[in-house]
Amino acid sequence: MAGKKEALFSKKNRKLLSDPLNDDNPITVQVLGICSALAITVQLKPAIVMSIAVLFVMIFSNVIVSLIRNLIPNRIRIIVQLIIVAALVILVDQILKAYAYDVSKELSVFVGLIITNCIIMGRLEAFALANGPWKAFLDAIGNAAGYGVILIIVAFFRELLGSGKLMGYEILGHKAKTIAESTGLYQYGYENNGFMLLSPMALITVGILIWVQRSRNQKLIEQ
Amino acid sequence: MEELGSLFVKSIFIENMIFAYFLGMCSYLAVSKTVKTAVGLGVAVIFVLLVTIPINYFLDTYILRPGALVWLGSEYADIDLSFLSFIMFIAVIASMVQLVEMIVERFAPALYSALGIFLPLIAVNCSILGGSLFMQQKNFSNVTESIIYGLGSGIGWFLAILAIASIREKITYSNVPQSLKGLGITFIITGLMAIAFMSFSGIKL
Repeated sequence: MAGKKEALFSKKNRKLLSDPLNDDNPITVQVLGICSALAITVQLKPAIVMSIAVLFVMIFSNVIVSLIRNLIPNRIRIIVQLIIVAALVILVDQILKAYAYDVSKELSVFVGLIITNCIIMGRLEAFALANGPWKAFLDAIGNAAGYGVILIIVAFFRELLGSGKLMGYEILGHKAKTIAESTGLYQYGYENNGFMLLSPMALITVGILIWVQRSRNQKLIEQ
Repeated sequence: MEELGSLFVKSIFIENMIFAYFLGMCSYLAVSKTVKTAVGLGVAVIFVLLVTIPINYFLDTYILRPGALVWLGSEYADIDLSFLSFIMFIAVIASMVQLVEMIVERFAPALYSALGIFLPLIAVNCSILGGSLFMQQKNFSNVTESIIYGLGSGIGWFLAILAIASIREKITYSNVPQSLKGLGITFIITGLMAIAFMSFSGIKL
């Protein structure tokens, strides 16, 4: 590696952090990590926990693979990557089971599925194998943040419109057996849109998010 | 026999990998631009699911489950290796996919070059690992049930990608709004198809 050393937070490095939040968002632009974005977003809390779990796994796997990138034989690189990610996910799974058991039950198989989360494998292949550890670290944070942002937005709308709650707290008022006894919005006859809690609406919500993003950012429109 | 039949139909329609659980979305969205590639990938996924789920079933029953190591000797009855499930399943899946890749390269080279990078990417297709993890949760009583479950899940995924590929081919000539073209409209169509598949959930078999 010749040339002068790049500053730790040079413009290029800062782009690694900011691009995935909008222009190069892993979910809406790179089309990675869709599975968990749809399945985990029924409530806000699991979405936040999942984003943190993915952040953790991405940072460590990006940095580890970047550090050993010149030692991995090309033929078996997918298997090596999978093993590193699988080991990290087992760690995350055990930590979740120990400290946040109810959330880990809600996430169920999707914690294990972080292993096959295309964002992690995708960034390992596309970035960590070709760049140094500091850049890989920033790239991991950027992409995990972009992923988390979408997850939280979708979960926000689904939980709010679907059950009137956020993080388990009743925001729109309490719904009692009769309209008269209800508080908040429910006393005016408002009803939760239970359909938002079901899988098809997750797909449509993300579709609308993509619509909004591409209307504001004309560069992303497919030709 | 009826149970197997109902398990089969359930895994294709009611617990469809794409529409109910969103597994395998990435390759579903990426490979569905033409029907030809969609069919090729779908068949490969059916084959990989059909092979890996029974193998992982044996792994789970005889090695990973709590108390599974009893056949080695009764002093091993307390060992619970289930935390190793992820690594073992993924190792089986990665090797199976490598095998499938070699077979396809040898016997169907045209398909091999058409699928390109997506054949090795089946290894990280969430529906494959998800299928094995769901199988682990479902506690099947024998290997035939796991085979039927694998076949059904694969066929369900195949039907989904076939449907979306056909629709996407048709709407290339429709008036989709600019910002919705491509990815956006595909999400919304998949959502509508998911609503349609929900109609199966009331069926009692």
